[in-house]
Amino acid sequence: MQFSIYRYNPDTDEQPRMQTFELADGELDREVMLLDALLALKTQDETLSFRRSCGEGVCGSDGMNVNGTNRLACITPLFSLKSPVVINPMPGLPVIRDLVVDMEQFYHQYRAVKPYLINNDPEPEVEYLQSPGERDRLDGLYECILCGCCSTSCPSFWWNPDKFLGPAALLQSWRFLADSRDQATDERLAGLDGPFRLFRCHTIMNCVEVCPKGLNPTRAIGRIKELMVKRSV
Amino acid sequence: MDIPRRQFDTLIIGAGGGGLRAALQLSQADARVAVVSKVFPTRSHTVAAQGGVNAALANVRPDNWHWHMFDTVKGSDYLGDQDAIEYMCRAAPKAVYELEHFGVPFSRLEDGRIYQRQFGGQSMNFGGEQAARTCAAADRTGHAILQSLYQQNIRAKTHFFDEYFAIDLLNHQDGSFLGALVLNIATGEKLVIEAKTTLLATGGAGQIFRNNTNALINTGDGMAMALRAGVPLQDMEFFQFHPTGIAGKGMLLSEGARGEGGYLINCDGERFMERYAPQAKDLASRDVVSRAITTEVREGRGCGPDKDHVLLTLEHIDSAVVRKRLPAIRDLALTFANVDICDAPVPVFPTAHYTMGGIPTNRFGEVVAPIEHGPEENVPGLYAAGECACVSVHGGNRLGGNSLLDIIVFGRAAGNQIIEFLGENRYHKPLQDDRIEPALQRLERWNNRGEGESVAALRKELTKTMEEHCGVFRTEEVLGEGVSKVHALQQRMPDARIRDHSQVFNTARIEALELENLMDVAMATIMSAHKRQESRGAHSRSDFPERDDVHWLRHSLYHKASNTVDYKPVRMKPLTVDTFPPKPRTY
Repeated sequence: MQFSIYRYNPDTDEQPRMQTFELADGELDREVMLLDALLALKTQDETLSFRRSCGEGVCGSDGMNVNGTNRLACITPLFSLKSPVVINPMPGLPVIRDLVVDMEQFYHQYRAVKPYLINNDPEPEVEYLQSPGERDRLDGLYECILCGCCSTSCPSFWWNPDKFLGPAALLQSWRFLADSRDQATDERLAGLDGPFRLFRCHTIMNCVEVCPKGLNPTRAIGRIKELMVKRSV
Repeated sequence: MDIPRRQFDTLIIGAGGGGLRAALQLSQADARVAVVSKVFPTRSHTVAAQGGVNAALANVRPDNWHWHMFDTVKGSDYLGDQDAIEYMCRAAPKAVYELEHFGVPFSRLEDGRIYQRQFGGQSMNFGGEQAARTCAAADRTGHAILQSLYQQNIRAKTHFFDEYFAIDLLNHQDGSFLGALVLNIATGEKLVIEAKTTLLATGGAGQIFRNNTNALINTGDGMAMALRAGVPLQDMEFFQFHPTGIAGKGMLLSEGARGEGGYLINCDGERFMERYAPQAKDLASRDVVSRAITTEVREGRGCGPDKDHVLLTLEHIDSAVVRKRLPAIRDLALTFANVDICDAPVPVFPTAHYTMGGIPTNRFGEVVAPIEHGPEENVPGLYAAGECACVSVHGGNRLGGNSLLDIIVFGRAAGNQIIEFLGENRYHKPLQDDRIEPALQRLERWNNRGEGESVAALRKELTKTMEEHCGVFRTEEVLGEGVSKVHALQQRMPDARIRDHSQVFNTARIEALELENLMDVAMATIMSAHKRQESRGAHSRSDFPERDDVHWLRHSLYHKASNTVDYKPVRMKPLTVDTFPPKPRTY
């Protein structure tokens, strides 16, 4: 199988380039994931840099653009991919080296939505009560692993990464707006006002297509807009 | 020396649940906290914990902390320290309610309280009927807890050094710890973080084994730093093999799968756990179930063409329940075993999972070591919590659901103890340049160029050796050979070279530093296993099949400098209740 991988090391390279790699067919068994292939390639050339950790799609480290689509390498079956496999860093963020991008912009937008429960009542001695129905509203929201696949596939985020919060952060915003225990609805909605932060979403839905956890940020954004309308009338 | 320095009250190394829980306690008390993590905090391995966190909330069935304590002591095969276990089990309900207040989206019961499921090794009334003690957020409890703790730290404005790698601890001539030398992975810049207190929360070392459930980052960095700083490691021979890793791959399928009613079968379709644990069956302790599976396979009753695994079956459970309670493990089995657990069983086999041993601490998170006066003297300024530590609440075998509990209870306790220390120690001790030299050399040694052995090849040999020589069943001969092999690998380390000498995001260099850590931790593990001539908890010696309380009811301490193991007594006396004396352990 052939690979064409984006290489750039600011220490030594003036320009980024694509490097061709090859793995013999017998080297990996049929069931391996793309991450296994990358780890094998790294033993061929240990200067190849990428992030990885859990190897099972729960930590969100190894987001990358594979044959034009953002995905997690560790849960992408290698033999589902067309050869040569073209691997680029996730688009729209500055490249630190090879497949490693600088995610600070992405994390900044995440922090900007106050992604924590705000409840100003005196704390009960036991848990806050929440019905199973109320808890169900958090399904499809709390599972986000902050891999960045969605926001870095969103044209609105590419153009305005400093002003548009992006699908990942907005999904988190809705995760807390939807939580029956949270009391900061007004504050949260006020923070989303304006032409950019929320309203730059043009429902292109790339985020939905690429989310490795099967989440739907576009729907969450729609819910926020509905809530805004409801509160304003 | 032109290395920049920054000063904080506390340096926390590791941003999993233990580190973040401690950081939150400290930030909320207005301490200046630096959290150093080699990955972005939410990528820490706590994220992978599935089943839940134990606390005697009694939401589903009657329960109290004292029953939880009994189960934990028995689960530990009586090697756990009973003062620490009492403390943890008493603190559990409050610690879980706190998590809920932080925002953790626990699954719920009809009446709105936290859902609790059955887990292995749990009983009501000191060994009676199965308890339901494990608080769960579906089967993503670790993810939910880690996210909430990180989020609360954002709120508390904790100072994070994301993607910084800790090279080594720094200490004063008088033995007190003063911070660490760290490396900014993205830029290759070195930084000295001076701190009045340092908390190690670096997690486990599952990567010493070839097949494991752990993330690639779990390389025992904190344990190895402690060893190099002269602190011994405790009870390292007790390494947990989780019964249900996906066979041949290692991904974990939570004990929650059996807690929700799943069970194991052999090639005859027999529910074989009934023979090994007549009462608890598939929910016996993990060491018991892992030995049973290994025995079934050894005796020719394994499944598949090579008869090398058993099957975990959940087909009989209502698929709506599986989708609701076990969505993530259903995904994992679909992705990695091509099996929908609603329709077909999954091949599973015991897989290296959890480091019960670690850096010895007391129940306040203070690191304790034999210095001059007895085996448990405080190491000034140094703390540890979570999987890298050995409190010891897990003893010879950890119960499922007690690891998330360990990190939140002792992360919090360490935070509180540090706050107290900071109140009495207002000023930084001076850190002389020459104290940084050994840590610098550790880093700079990898600048050596030329031909040499590859890091990847050495790591592969090490993990294979540990798998073959330090597995579920052990003998004198196999362990002894393993010790020699690990020793020989250590001897080859000075000849290892990396070919990447860039300063920018050099992952080859990080992997080299991690390999050094793995070597030290592997040696501690196999040496301690070689010395312990009995079977207790996860340490199972075919040549010494019985537990021997007369000679071996004691903790091992492995010292790196002398490459020796010595021992200290188990703390048998709880805080307020009577001791649970050792009894034969059946399930």
